[in-house]
Amino acid sequence: MKPAPFKYYAPRSVPEALSLLHEHGYDAKVLAGGQSLVPMMNFRLVQPAVVVDINNIPELATIQGDNKSLRLGAMVRHAAAEKDSLVKESAPLVHESMPRIATMQIRNRGTIGGSLSHADPSAELVVVTTALKANFRIQNQSGERVVPASEFFVGLLMTAMEPEDLLVEIEIPPLPPRSGWSLKEVARRPHDFALVGVAAVLTLDRKDRCEDARLVYLSAGDGPISAPEAAALLQGEKITPDLIAAAADKAAVDEIDPGSDIHATAEFRRHLANVLTRRALEEAHQRALGGKEEI
Amino acid sequence: MKHKIIGKRVKRVEDPRLLTGGALFVDDVNLPNMLHAAFLRSDYAHARIKNIDTSQAKTIPGVVGVYTAEDMGDAWEPGPPLVSPPPTLENVIFNSRRQVPLVKDKVKHAGEIIAVVVAENRYIAEDAVEEISLEYEPLPAVVDLEKCLEPDSPLVHEDLDSNLAAHLIQQKGDYQKALATADLVIKKRFHLDRGAAAAMENRGLVVDWNEKDQHLMVWDATQSPIPIRNGMASRLGLRTHQVRVVAPFVGGGFGPKIMMFYAEEMVLPWLTRQLKRPVKWIEDRRENFYATTQEREQIHEVEMALSREGRILGIKQKIIHDTGAYDPYGLTTPLNTQSHSMGAYDVENYYSELTVVFTNKTIVTPVRGAGRPQGIFIVERMLDFAARELDLDPREIRRLNFIPPEAFPYNHEIIDQAFTDLVFDSGNYLPAYNKALEKIGYDKFIQEEQPRLRAEGKHVGIGVVPFIETTGVGPYEGARVAIEPSGKISAATGVGTQGQSHMTSFAQIIAEVLGVEVEDVSMVTGDTAEIHWGTGTFASRGAVVAGNAVNAAALDVRQKVLALASKVLKTPEDELELEGGQVRAADIPEQSISLGELAILANPFRGAVEPGTEPGLESTKYFGPAYGATAFGVHGMILEVDPETMMIKIHKYVTVEDCGTMLNPLVVEGQIHGGVSMGLGNCYYEKLHFDESGQLLNASLADYLIPSASEMPHIEVIHENTPAPNNALGTKGVGEAGAIPVPAAFMQALENALPEYNLEITETPLSPNRLYELLQKKERNK
Repeated sequence: MKPAPFKYYAPRSVPEALSLLHEHGYDAKVLAGGQSLVPMMNFRLVQPAVVVDINNIPELATIQGDNKSLRLGAMVRHAAAEKDSLVKESAPLVHESMPRIATMQIRNRGTIGGSLSHADPSAELVVVTTALKANFRIQNQSGERVVPASEFFVGLLMTAMEPEDLLVEIEIPPLPPRSGWSLKEVARRPHDFALVGVAAVLTLDRKDRCEDARLVYLSAGDGPISAPEAAALLQGEKITPDLIAAAADKAAVDEIDPGSDIHATAEFRRHLANVLTRRALEEAHQRALGGKEEI
Repeated sequence: MKHKIIGKRVKRVEDPRLLTGGALFVDDVNLPNMLHAAFLRSDYAHARIKNIDTSQAKTIPGVVGVYTAEDMGDAWEPGPPLVSPPPTLENVIFNSRRQVPLVKDKVKHAGEIIAVVVAENRYIAEDAVEEISLEYEPLPAVVDLEKCLEPDSPLVHEDLDSNLAAHLIQQKGDYQKALATADLVIKKRFHLDRGAAAAMENRGLVVDWNEKDQHLMVWDATQSPIPIRNGMASRLGLRTHQVRVVAPFVGGGFGPKIMMFYAEEMVLPWLTRQLKRPVKWIEDRRENFYATTQEREQIHEVEMALSREGRILGIKQKIIHDTGAYDPYGLTTPLNTQSHSMGAYDVENYYSELTVVFTNKTIVTPVRGAGRPQGIFIVERMLDFAARELDLDPREIRRLNFIPPEAFPYNHEIIDQAFTDLVFDSGNYLPAYNKALEKIGYDKFIQEEQPRLRAEGKHVGIGVVPFIETTGVGPYEGARVAIEPSGKISAATGVGTQGQSHMTSFAQIIAEVLGVEVEDVSMVTGDTAEIHWGTGTFASRGAVVAGNAVNAAALDVRQKVLALASKVLKTPEDELELEGGQVRAADIPEQSISLGELAILANPFRGAVEPGTEPGLESTKYFGPAYGATAFGVHGMILEVDPETMMIKIHKYVTVEDCGTMLNPLVVEGQIHGGVSMGLGNCYYEKLHFDESGQLLNASLADYLIPSASEMPHIEVIHENTPAPNNALGTKGVGEAGAIPVPAAFMQALENALPEYNLEITETPLSPNRLYELLQKKERNK
């Protein structure tokens, strides 16, 4: 389990990194925290000719925020985000997702940008940023563009980025008032990739009717899988256990597309998605209500 | 006997070095001029090799050589058999087929070695492996334990007319007669699947042939350095004194590192002699999943005949045991299964038919538990089902059937893994069982807690399972103990150390006998330069067999000390005592001499050693038990299952362990904790998924799930002591015990947590997905 030969560059600035990516294009892979790339290289599943290590670019590792958005640099480590009070305050769903991501050791090295660029459909951050309608700031030598989550993840381990692009920052808008959130998942061991999981975001109007609902699933298809039809069932309605059950059925039966592997069959994943959707919507509802009322 | 040091909770003397990274492991050995090996392993489980072309690989800069079976010439021969078939039984079929260093014509399991590259570093070696071009003719794979016996099945070994590796029948009493008088007969089919040992350190070897010295130095992460030395010498045509094998600190053995000889252990010594340079190979995790031996897959058809009162009248069992592609380890594992299929119970009639099959899978040899967990699982599950049928308390049916204390030594009238009579030397089961029930709070749980929690919608259950473990079998181990002129003690034994705390617990024995501090004893394990004879660390036998050899050698040294001190101090031996590194007259403390001074006197520089005596205060002694020491234990757990997500959490875990006299309770507890972790893996997490073509689908620690610290419950360990009558220390083994009863207790607790489903679980492991399927089936049938 040793990687095939490769050239290694460690640029000191974003422009330097972009220039290397421009030069090497498809031959290059960006090394962030290395928690996916390095094992894949050691298994020789990927054999990049060039590795561009962006660990020496401090400006990529900042956490900033104002009332418009929380801005996470691509090189922010999971562990840093997990402990950051600004993240906890302005994006509690991101904060809550952190301990679910792998082990502490992996979170100490792994980065937000690395996980999102890798676009693994079983990654919590992929789902959470989709549910929170995050925006992805991407640069290359010719300039910069901002891509919404809905357009960033385009397929299995695929994003809207081109080989010469670098993800530099993720912007997460705050949730409206009277919003609740929840992330539920089932994993064999807490640090494993979840068999299935769901991020739920629910916003209520002044009469406690659902103004907006978002359900996004992990390990349920080739990317973050949204369930707009299930969400539509909730729209404009008072949230009741029956309604939650109907939405869960809708999502689990019609909207997700999980596969079978050695850990779980598609059927079991659909069953779990159903159970978890109910639990997530219940929790999100409670939080939106301010945790006071029971349903 | 009252002990001062034996049985005390002495902290491990090896820990500071281990915890600060100061201990030597094979991969720490780096020699000047050292080369690195990487292996081309088969992608297929079953395939004929049509052509191998190594020419391109040889051109890569830094590659020193690429070798195939052909290149080995006369040095190519299969590994030796480790154990022969049981000689004491009639009508035994045993087809011995042993693993080869490099595959010549047909690959028999995925990961088998076809070629080896030697290069200046491992990176280059792996690059070159990718450049070897290989033409295969894939063949249908033999995977299923039952289909492989059908007449049209492909054959693993084409010189045999079937995939049958072994067949034998063991019986006592007359099962058919028992059946005729039975009030209840239960029949069940069990399937127990394969797992990996997954030691933290993979295997590894550094070999260094010194042409001028004509000497081969080997560092090997093995459980068995002395037999490895003997075998390497023999294979290379060397004398044993020309080979030294060191098994330094080894990061976990769990059985597979007792396997001899792995292909790598046959290839590397040959390579270093060819190249006259040191060669290193460190197994990586992926290789470990394919190449390091595994265990546990068996299918059982079991019948239990009982009386209305719940007495077991007889057990009938048909076992199919998967040995993988070869069977170098003989019948050890399935014989253990037979030895444990009657559990801790007095069973008069037993009929067990064992069929061992070859498959195109990794070789099977013992893994911690070694066939015992399967036996205990079967008998304990059958008792649970019987209790339900007879409307008996699961505790009562066990109490009714325990071997009573007055029945020991209890002869089971079958043979065990060592081919000796299966005799349980001693035991006192009922009090230990009752202690476990009391400690886990069985009555209170059933009467109060479970109803309360169920009312809250929680599914909690309790499982308590007793088990026996045959331990401490022969043939023998040895130990050498010597007092140095400094007064410190040097000692050595041939067993290797893979975490068993030998440096501490054996030192405690010596410290006790010679009246010194544990820190004054330096214990060497696993170095053939230190002791010539021995077998290895396996079968829960270190504390029993090596421990008693250490004790015997220390007692002999003590005798020499007393004899010499008696002369020097002019005091009769029986008035002398050893304490604080001194020998003194009991009544006159100032009349004393240190052990160091005596050691100097015992090795005089002038004069003559008296005829019939030996120089030095040193002794080498051996211990070989006629039959093993049988340990007993009970595991109890309370778990909670979420029947919607199938997630399971263990709330309470209690064990009662009777391993006879303990050398060090801390070490015993550590063994139990590790064993439970492995057992939980076997219940719920760990399964090697082989597909129909014999491919392992989860050859990484991302997909092969080992319980980690976060899955481990707190474990309470309670000690009972029924000393072993047949060894001086009274010790029984405990290394494997922790893993043995866990699946049986787990399934009992799980069924207890879900009474509305009336589950009868007859398989391990039970993944959440599988539990979901079982519950769905019950839902559909409701």
